[in-house]
Amino acid sequence: MQTTIQATAAATAARPGTALMSDSAAQMYLTLTVAGQLCGVPVLAVRDIMAAPSITRVPLAPPEVAGSLNLRGRIVTAIDLRRRLGLPMREAGAPPPMSVVVEQGGELYSLLSDAVGEVVPLKSEGFAGNPPTLDTVWRDISHGVHRQDGQLLIVLDVDRILAID
Amino acid sequence: MRESGTGRLPVVVGPPHRLRDEPSLSGTVMDDLLADFLTETNEGLAALDGALLKLEKAPNDRQTLSEIFRNVHTIKGTCGFLGLSRLEKVAHAAENVLGRYRDGTLPVTPEGITLILSALDGLKNIVAGLEGTGSEPPGNDGPLIAALDAAWRGGAAPSGPAGDGAEAGGSPAEDAAPAEALFQVSPEPTAVAPAPPVPARPEEAEGPATALAAASVSAQGGGPITPAQTIRVSVDVLEDLMTLVSELVLTRNQLLQLVRARGDAALTVPLQRLSHITSELQEGVMKTRMQPIGNAWQKLPRIVRDLANELGKKIELVMKGADTELDRQVLELIKDPLTHMVRNSGDHGLENPEQRRAAGKPELGRITLNAYHEGGHIIIEIGDDGRGLSVEKIKAKVLSQGLTNEAELAGMSEREIQHFIFRAGFSTAAAVTSVSGRGVGMDVVKTNVEKIGGTIELRSVEGKGTTFFIKIPLTLAIVSALIVEAGGERFAVPQIGVVELVRAGGSAEGAQIERIHDTPVMRLRDRLLPLVSLSRLLQLDQRPEEAGKEEGFVIVTQVGGNVFGIIVDKVFDTEEIVVKPVAPILRHVTMFSGNTILGDGSVIMILDPNGIARATGVGADGPVDEAVQASNLGRGTRSGERTALLLFSAGDGTPKAVPLGLVARLEDLPAESIEHSGGKFLVQYRGKLMPLVPMSGHWAPPAPGRRQAVLVFNDRDRAMGLMVDAILDVVEECLNIEGASEQPGFLGSSVICGKVTDVIDCSWWLHQAGDDWFRQRQEMSPPRVLLVEDSAFFRHLLVPGLGAVGYAVTAVNSAAEALRLREQGAAFDVIVSDIEMPDLDGLGLARAVRLEGPWRGVPMIALSGRMDNERLQQALAAGFNTALGKSDREALLASLGDCLSAQTLA
Repeated sequence: MQTTIQATAAATAARPGTALMSDSAAQMYLTLTVAGQLCGVPVLAVRDIMAAPSITRVPLAPPEVAGSLNLRGRIVTAIDLRRRLGLPMREAGAPPPMSVVVEQGGELYSLLSDAVGEVVPLKSEGFAGNPPTLDTVWRDISHGVHRQDGQLLIVLDVDRILAID
Repeated sequence: MRESGTGRLPVVVGPPHRLRDEPSLSGTVMDDLLADFLTETNEGLAALDGALLKLEKAPNDRQTLSEIFRNVHTIKGTCGFLGLSRLEKVAHAAENVLGRYRDGTLPVTPEGITLILSALDGLKNIVAGLEGTGSEPPGNDGPLIAALDAAWRGGAAPSGPAGDGAEAGGSPAEDAAPAEALFQVSPEPTAVAPAPPVPARPEEAEGPATALAAASVSAQGGGPITPAQTIRVSVDVLEDLMTLVSELVLTRNQLLQLVRARGDAALTVPLQRLSHITSELQEGVMKTRMQPIGNAWQKLPRIVRDLANELGKKIELVMKGADTELDRQVLELIKDPLTHMVRNSGDHGLENPEQRRAAGKPELGRITLNAYHEGGHIIIEIGDDGRGLSVEKIKAKVLSQGLTNEAELAGMSEREIQHFIFRAGFSTAAAVTSVSGRGVGMDVVKTNVEKIGGTIELRSVEGKGTTFFIKIPLTLAIVSALIVEAGGERFAVPQIGVVELVRAGGSAEGAQIERIHDTPVMRLRDRLLPLVSLSRLLQLDQRPEEAGKEEGFVIVTQVGGNVFGIIVDKVFDTEEIVVKPVAPILRHVTMFSGNTILGDGSVIMILDPNGIARATGVGADGPVDEAVQASNLGRGTRSGERTALLLFSAGDGTPKAVPLGLVARLEDLPAESIEHSGGKFLVQYRGKLMPLVPMSGHWAPPAPGRRQAVLVFNDRDRAMGLMVDAILDVVEECLNIEGASEQPGFLGSSVICGKVTDVIDCSWWLHQAGDDWFRQRQEMSPPRVLLVEDSAFFRHLLVPGLGAVGYAVTAVNSAAEALRLREQGAAFDVIVSDIEMPDLDGLGLARAVRLEGPWRGVPMIALSGRMDNERLQQALAAGFNTALGKSDREALLASLGDCLSAQTLA
């Protein structure tokens, strides 16, 4: 039920949640989908991927917080990306969300997305800044846009996603 | 010896230093010092070995050299302090040599190192002897010292003072050996200068040491000193261990649940073992975190001393239970609040010597600290014998700060008012001193204590002092919690705050959740319990059909002095949980103190009763715990207390009740004995005629041959009988009379044994028997009414009677008793006293009350069996506000009302 991406030594060294855009070499990204939109998070920021985790609701929490889940004895706070982006809820009967676990400031957070794709290298040539017309909610949490196999991929800024007031 | 690295706290692991059974009191300190010294010296010597070898390889390593020098120097210094002269001399000689190395006036040579190493061996041998016997073994270190001194002089011209090796004075190395050989312990005559002189090889040292140990046992009854078997462990290591053990506990719980569910017998036994071992491991690791609370108190004597000087007060600090152990983490968190409170006691609590003398107290004020275990908690008391909290001052302050208004204040009990000191921004100190008075005091203390799951209470008597009680959990790491469900979600409630669990609804007999407008409440025994619905509080969806249903469980919770109930849907089990902090983005939700992972692997939120209390307003220092107050005040009958009640039936189907204490006897009279005379029923009872009163209006004499149940009331030489249908039962209940009855003869109704029961008004029924009944005396009191009455009958009559109309009545049977209550600090709003009493009568009591003390302004009502103008004048002259006839319940109630309203206006 859990697919673990090997967290290498380098992963711990890298500052989680930060994409190193200046590097000309290709960066590895994990792709995921939120409401049909292809997104990517730097793979080094990812600690774990869980399918259909059982989530405990946290009453009175901000709406973006879907609840808490247990990742091998550690408590992970789950953020629903759809709610974070102000998108409609998943339809009933849709497959359960996938949990992409990232670390920030020693705490683990899970980003709930509709589907997880693959790990892909993204070359810096394909990178473009946010188009000015991009929806503000998206622009808020996006580092920029990548063209990938004819599809546009939004590079997510994990720090910004977790900055929930 | 060795300097512990920065970031490490010295935590001593292992058994306490002493293994002796009965150290003499005076010897204890020394033994401890010695044990510490031994531990450190052994560590130091071990380190020195390595350092010397390092030095040998790199003779010019200044750093190593200084380290060695420092180490030896420390050993020498400590030896001198402990009076260990042999050790000191050897260390001193070695230090001299090292000193020259350090100064660069003597080259470091392998020979020199060997010499120093042999000196170390010499030290080790002496230390070994010390460990075995508690004192230095006899022996002569002359040759060793001489060799060291020779090396010290080396090529350099002898200068300055001679070393203090006694014999070594000016003797050249060659002379040393022959001169001292005869005193050597070891049979080896050996050791001329160049060869390392070893005073005794370890095996040989063993012999005399053991013998000596035996000797010292017989001589002074002491055993060998065992060096502290301790190692220093970084706190981080312990914390990691603790975390791992916590996880282990969780995993164990998980396994247990699985096995329970599957019922696999093969796993049961090994799992049980695992379970035990885990528990023991948990305990063991917990112990490593324990430290005596005395550690947190160390600085207090100094603080108190400075405080006393600064404020010109005389203060004595008494500390009890300093060896009570508690978790390191808790200790750290409690340190500052404690210091703060001790300062407060010294500054606000204690008066200066003049004031104390004027108050008839010894000049020396006393602050007492006391720590002890109680249940799974540690109680820390911080008390002073100072002026106590002035309710009047607090009231004035509270009003001036706008923390509440007059009306609310008027409805508050003394204790509620005292609790204002825990409010933010409150300080009664008239002036801000450098010590305290800035109003950032008790609320911070309270918050800190609550942060670690503790509670704080206070008890204060004006003029006598104030004591704070801090109740804190033993450890923060693992707590026992109740798992509950509300709105489809599970939550953990730490058991520290849970007073009891009540099932609501369900059976008709159980307690029911009722509503005042929309607020749920529950009548639990004698108190009205405010309730909060957890699912509503947490905004969990309530299924519509459940909204109106009042079933579930009520977790009765206590936060400080406030008791309230939390309504939940289900209660599962208790589980040991490891409290983990919630993620930063959830910290603002104050309802939770943390979260944890349950045995089944699911995450669960831990409820914070303090947060809930604050969120619902219960926590704003609410109702007084009557029971606590009553028990503090000692004797006296309170209307809130449990009373034995006699239940009977008469007339209609509603059961009737009367306090059993009022009933003298129960009689079952033959119908034939009841006589009729002048419209009244009488019976010849114990040689007298006793009037009989039927309880129900349409009472008919029983048919001949039948019997009649009669309750006999008795006072002095009078008796009357109340005829009832049947005696039902005697029960012990809190008599909580609700709604004064309109029906004559009844005080009102009360729920007794789950049934609405009419409580009869005895005085009314007594009237029916004849007016002369009330020639006796009687007395009573209001909201807080003190009733002074020597007749038990009237006490029993008036306590429930006044309770029914909303007064809390404390009854005592003599004026002396009443004055004793005043001594104890009890406070009343009105005093009702009988005039005719043996010893000190009501008039005397009134004079005593008006003369002095806190009751001086309390309204007093006199009662008398025969009231006339002369009596009235006497009563008024003595200090009573008014005087009434005993039988006049209406007048009494009216007077009580007048007194109280007059008081409120004033």
